[in-house]
Amino acid sequence: MKHETPRRGRMQPPPSVAGTAANGLPRRAFLRGVAGAATTLVTAGSMAAATSPLAVPAWSRQLGKPVASDPYGMPSRFEANVVRRQSPGLTRTNESSIAFTPLQNLFGIITPNGLHFERDHAGLPALDPAQHRLVIHGLVARPKIYSMDDLLRFPAVSRIHFLECGANSGMEWANVAVPTVQFTHGMLSCAEYTGVWLSTLLEDVGVDLKRAKYLLAEGADGAGLTRTIPLAMALDDVLLVYGQNGEMLRPENGYPLRLIVPGVQGVSSVKWLRRLEVGDQPWHTREETLHYSDLMPDGTSRQFTWIQEAKSVITSPSGGMTLLDKNGYYEITGLAWSGRGRIKRVDISTDGGRNWRPAQVQAPVISKALTRFRSDWVWDGAPALLQSRCSDDTGYVQPALKQLRAVRGTHSIYHLNAIQTWQVLASGEVRNVQV
Amino acid sequence: MCRFKLGVAAGALWVAMLNVLAATPPWHSLGHAVTSAALASWDIDVRPDGTGLPVGGGSVAEGQAIYDAQCANCHGTFGESTDYLALTGGIGSLASEVPQRTVGSKLDYATTLWDYINRAMPFNNSKSLSVNEVYAVTAYVLNLNDIVPADAVLDQQSLPKVSMPNHAGFTRAHGFATVAGVPDVKSTACMQNCLAERPTITSELPADFTQQMYGDVRTHFRQFATAKSSPAKSNSASPGGQELAEAQGCLACHALDKARLGPALVEIGLRYAADPAAVQTLAGKVRQGSSGVWGSAVMPPQSQLSNADLARVLAWILDGAGRP
Repeated sequence: MKHETPRRGRMQPPPSVAGTAANGLPRRAFLRGVAGAATTLVTAGSMAAATSPLAVPAWSRQLGKPVASDPYGMPSRFEANVVRRQSPGLTRTNESSIAFTPLQNLFGIITPNGLHFERDHAGLPALDPAQHRLVIHGLVARPKIYSMDDLLRFPAVSRIHFLECGANSGMEWANVAVPTVQFTHGMLSCAEYTGVWLSTLLEDVGVDLKRAKYLLAEGADGAGLTRTIPLAMALDDVLLVYGQNGEMLRPENGYPLRLIVPGVQGVSSVKWLRRLEVGDQPWHTREETLHYSDLMPDGTSRQFTWIQEAKSVITSPSGGMTLLDKNGYYEITGLAWSGRGRIKRVDISTDGGRNWRPAQVQAPVISKALTRFRSDWVWDGAPALLQSRCSDDTGYVQPALKQLRAVRGTHSIYHLNAIQTWQVLASGEVRNVQV
Repeated sequence: MCRFKLGVAAGALWVAMLNVLAATPPWHSLGHAVTSAALASWDIDVRPDGTGLPVGGGSVAEGQAIYDAQCANCHGTFGESTDYLALTGGIGSLASEVPQRTVGSKLDYATTLWDYINRAMPFNNSKSLSVNEVYAVTAYVLNLNDIVPADAVLDQQSLPKVSMPNHAGFTRAHGFATVAGVPDVKSTACMQNCLAERPTITSELPADFTQQMYGDVRTHFRQFATAKSSPAKSNSASPGGQELAEAQGCLACHALDKARLGPALVEIGLRYAADPAAVQTLAGKVRQGSSGVWGSAVMPPQSQLSNADLARVLAWILDGAGRP
């Protein structure tokens, strides 16, 4: 079929404006009118021209609000749909729960601080930074206590990294469970974190390199969340973080101090960090035995499954969207990341994995950070199955769900990094499916 | 000869000292030394070998009294409730089609149970149990799982020796421990004709599931027209009683219309509706904590609410907590 110049594909508006369109016509009639006109015009191979005089709105004729009328800026009120959300029925309380990042609405690779996903285990502590302290002790020559003032005076380093909960996508090991990318993949964020190399602090306390093998990181929240971290990781690229995207951490992300363990499941990046103990054995805490250990079909659990393997997802078009225009242009875009290093390539399939083509991977491509990919797509109006598949610089290729299940069964909860499928129906409706 | 050697040694020492001086970073003066005595109140972690367990002990019988008062509301009389987290049952189920992850079925060391109760339980009042109480509750939960006998007394010596049913249930033989670890699944980047047949859909959401569970998810997407008919919530608007109760964590333990960890808010409203001193009485219970009025569950003192917010929450509760 010969392709005419495709129009920019439109997506379904929400019901709040379904009653009337901008021109006052009933929405349905308006859409029919546009669609009819569009069909004619597309056939003619040209675009509709705007013919009526452009309005000069009030905001072009009036004085606006003074600067700093909103001293800490908030998003436009028109962005009210772009918020974190809980997944209904997932958790029993709102204090030990998860708020998912709206990946479907985000651009680039950086997650705005107000949308960074949030996982608390005993609610959000009302923590006073003036009273907060970090203690480092155990197998060290000089156990020390640091105030936030102390920590902010150490040499600072800023690094861009993704943070992904080990259970991200984990609701779907057995079957499809949630409708949109916010809930399939939204325990995922990426930020420029600023802080101090943990190795600098470990050197400051004189860590006993002969005997030390592990660290215990402990939060100051009611749960006193604890995780074992291998010393090799701690000395490599782990950060003691107080800054996120240029400002202090938000309370829900660990204000005023957290760990960031790059490429490792999020629970290790302990928030509201109050204590690091250096030891020679792992601790087997609740969050590395009862939870955050991966149950295999033979009933054994893989323990200390730190690394987040390479994974990608198309964020648009994605579940819950509706494509309105047959022969409309729709950019396919999404995110890829690997806990082992850099994303090397991303491939796209629109036929459920039979055939693939390379997507454009956008700079910057940073180790253990989200990487944005994009690809042009004109939807021909036929049903489609959209998939993305990434590879990292170790040569690892993101697997199909079937491949993962063949080895790990369906009860693991954690580390589901399979290829995601979005089904586009002939109606244009996009749905979460498994193939 | 001897003198020469000494000279070399002294020179080497001098160079080494210079190196140490040069290598001492200027930020070494930051922070303060801390003694283990000062640390004791924070240094609460317990390892599988018992390192970190304080001196103390408690019996199954003592544990039952504490458990029934402070734990059973969430975890069930026998630790069976899956509402929050089941403590009992599921032993031997992990390889089955319906694995149940409980304290009894999943933990590899009893020390983990002690450590977690000590640092994080009760959920709404963590770090409130004494050392002996933690030993006692640990003993009782292990007894509910038939792991220790009914006359068991656990202390810092005996707890690490308790053998858990899933003691051998964990493995570190996997590729997730280091960046260099070998993945368990090896896929290839096939580009053309990768599947013999058209892929079939193996799972999808039931019809109406999304609408019923999530409402209209079209409102989860950016639409520039949205704000015309539904302007964003103003930050300055006063939240209602229920929003405040939610935001202040009251609803973690209290439901509106049925008893949970604490009594139903509607029931509190009814009981105190005719009491002229209701606001003062209830404010005292919120501020100082309370127990024994509705059952044995402990409500810890709540200092996080401002006086104004507390007054509004109480007014809302006494007004019926939204009861129709």
